[in-house]
Amino acid sequence: MKRANTKARQRTALLLCGSGVLLIAVCLCSVAIGSRPVSLDQIVTALTQSSAGGTALEAIRLRIPRTVLGVLLGVALASAGALMQAVTRNPLADPTILGLNSGASCAVVLSMAAFGLTSPSQYVWTALVGGGIGAAVVWWIGSLGKSGPNPLKLTLAGAVVGSMFSSVTSAVLLPRIDVISSFRFWAVGGISGARFSSMLPLLPIFGVGMVLAIICIPGLNALALGDELAVGLGGSIRRIRLLSWTAAVLLCAASTSLAGPIGFVGLIVPHVARLIVGPDFRKILAAGVLLGPLLLVGADVVGRLVSRPADVEVGIVTAIIGAPVFIALVRSGFARRSSL
Amino acid sequence: MSSKDPATMTEEGTASVSLSRRRSRRRRAVITTILIAVAIFLAIADVCLGHEVYSLSDVWSVISGSGSGGAQFSIGEIRLPRALVALFCGAGFGIAGTSFQTLLGNVLASPDIIGVTAGANLAAVLAITVLGLSGLALFGVAVAGGLATACCVLLLSWSRGLASSSSPTSRFILVGIGIAAMLNAATSWLMVRADQWDVQAASRWLTGSLTDVGWSDVIPAVACVVGGYLALTVVGKSLDILRFGTPMATGLGVKVNSARAGIIVISVMILSVMTATTGPIAFVSFLAGPIAVRLLGSQKPALLSGAAVGAIIVLLADIVAQHLPSGKVPVGVMTSLVGGPLLVFLVARMMRKAE
Repeated sequence: MKRANTKARQRTALLLCGSGVLLIAVCLCSVAIGSRPVSLDQIVTALTQSSAGGTALEAIRLRIPRTVLGVLLGVALASAGALMQAVTRNPLADPTILGLNSGASCAVVLSMAAFGLTSPSQYVWTALVGGGIGAAVVWWIGSLGKSGPNPLKLTLAGAVVGSMFSSVTSAVLLPRIDVISSFRFWAVGGISGARFSSMLPLLPIFGVGMVLAIICIPGLNALALGDELAVGLGGSIRRIRLLSWTAAVLLCAASTSLAGPIGFVGLIVPHVARLIVGPDFRKILAAGVLLGPLLLVGADVVGRLVSRPADVEVGIVTAIIGAPVFIALVRSGFARRSSL
Repeated sequence: MSSKDPATMTEEGTASVSLSRRRSRRRRAVITTILIAVAIFLAIADVCLGHEVYSLSDVWSVISGSGSGGAQFSIGEIRLPRALVALFCGAGFGIAGTSFQTLLGNVLASPDIIGVTAGANLAAVLAITVLGLSGLALFGVAVAGGLATACCVLLLSWSRGLASSSSPTSRFILVGIGIAAMLNAATSWLMVRADQWDVQAASRWLTGSLTDVGWSDVIPAVACVVGGYLALTVVGKSLDILRFGTPMATGLGVKVNSARAGIIVISVMILSVMTATTGPIAFVSFLAGPIAVRLLGSQKPALLSGAAVGAIIVLLADIVAQHLPSGKVPVGVMTSLVGGPLLVFLVARMMRKAE
């Protein structure tokens, strides 16, 4: 028994180390691969000598913030997805599916069009409001009825609220041709325009979100056992729900204002993490910190490879990878247990 | 002590049932007629109103071919085809949405949500921005896209028949939501790739717009809606019976799966041709059915009244959209601003009533 336990633990550790190595490799690829290929020693030069010039070094200097942003968003979106899956006890939860990202991006578009805001540090606040409203409406609609929220109701509510937000977005955009052309790049979710100067002001928001997520760990582990047991174990369900939704909204709003809505990272990563480390939420969150960036940066690299020299935006790649995962989860049979 | 013997009581009961049935049938007929009349009235209003207001006799003289130059152009070439397309596309969206919702027994099973519209969109945007198609070829591509998507959703949600598990429809809807997400991502990829000029055309089209329609759009739309409606009334009996669930329908001798497939194919064809004509005018196919059912006060499938309600929504939105003080906006903008919140409201009500 004990031996089996150690064996499982060894396997977990091995898988995690493997994904760590893979993550480093993917990050290196992300710096090295692009419309202009560069060699390893050029990367070293670019990192060590800030004065050296040349096109290759310029390309590297543009790709480094892009990679960093990919890692940051990977961590944030994976954690937000894990939080939402835990707090709604819904295997289909994801910031995009539950309406957070569409709320945030609708708010950003409104503020772009109405107040002419241009930088992420300005419209992150409207994104917070929009994401919060989206989350609240989805949770409210999904909890209507006597049986309370279940995966099916929440997902349907998310789809409906999401399509409401996106129709408002397009209604606002359509008469403004100038905003459309800048928005169409933003709306698909891409990290190609990453700059450290726009990331820095948002770091505190990511930080607060992650700290809240860590605070929620014991509560969410208790919640996984069911509402009654969680109360019995001394947790306040209402407080845990509020805290974890807040954390998820913070993380998603900050990510959305930097890169536009990127879907399905928050859906896939927690499931893969659960396969590797088991149901403990603490471990899922920790594994997500590795796996989220791996998926996001990896998807970005794939997007650069498939249609060279142009890029496929990372949000499109994750949607095309993620939707089949979503369908597989639906088919796996949870829907049979929950009904309207 | 009972004063009546059982036989009379049963007779009275049967009489009252058939009386109430006759009444509700008459009510349905009256309401459907009123809805159709309103739709036609709005279509005429759509022709008469505009930058220059024309009287009915002006319109008639244009139709009979004796109008003056200016009226001949703005009525004959612009407003008349526009109103006809609005009337018939609205009806088409209404029919397609209503038959999907009735077939699957769920308001959310409208083509907007389960990805059929997304498939037709993707195909049409591909045709516009990459292949540079228009006209019949565009219709063909959009129909193919819509049908292919519907097949994918059906196949992926199929396990031992659509109806094997306790909530087959919910799986169908969820799979559709997933497919729609994927197709929308692909559409936005095409939009990012496209030229600036194509983007404006494609995004105006994606919102649903009646600005560019002409006589060449009228004939396919009318043919498709009328033909599709007739075909659906032929299989309509099974649509009515399928509402009671698979076991009942099978018991009554309906070939459930082939009836379902037939209804889906016809509805998708109507929907895709409409989508290729005007773009996906948001939420019309979703809202027409529930509104019609509410007005009729019954649960029976209401294709004709669904069609009338769809036409009324599109025409009303078009009339308002053309006369906003802030300038003209595409008709799809109006329907999404009104339809989005209405959709959320309907779903909230559905969830509350579900238990």
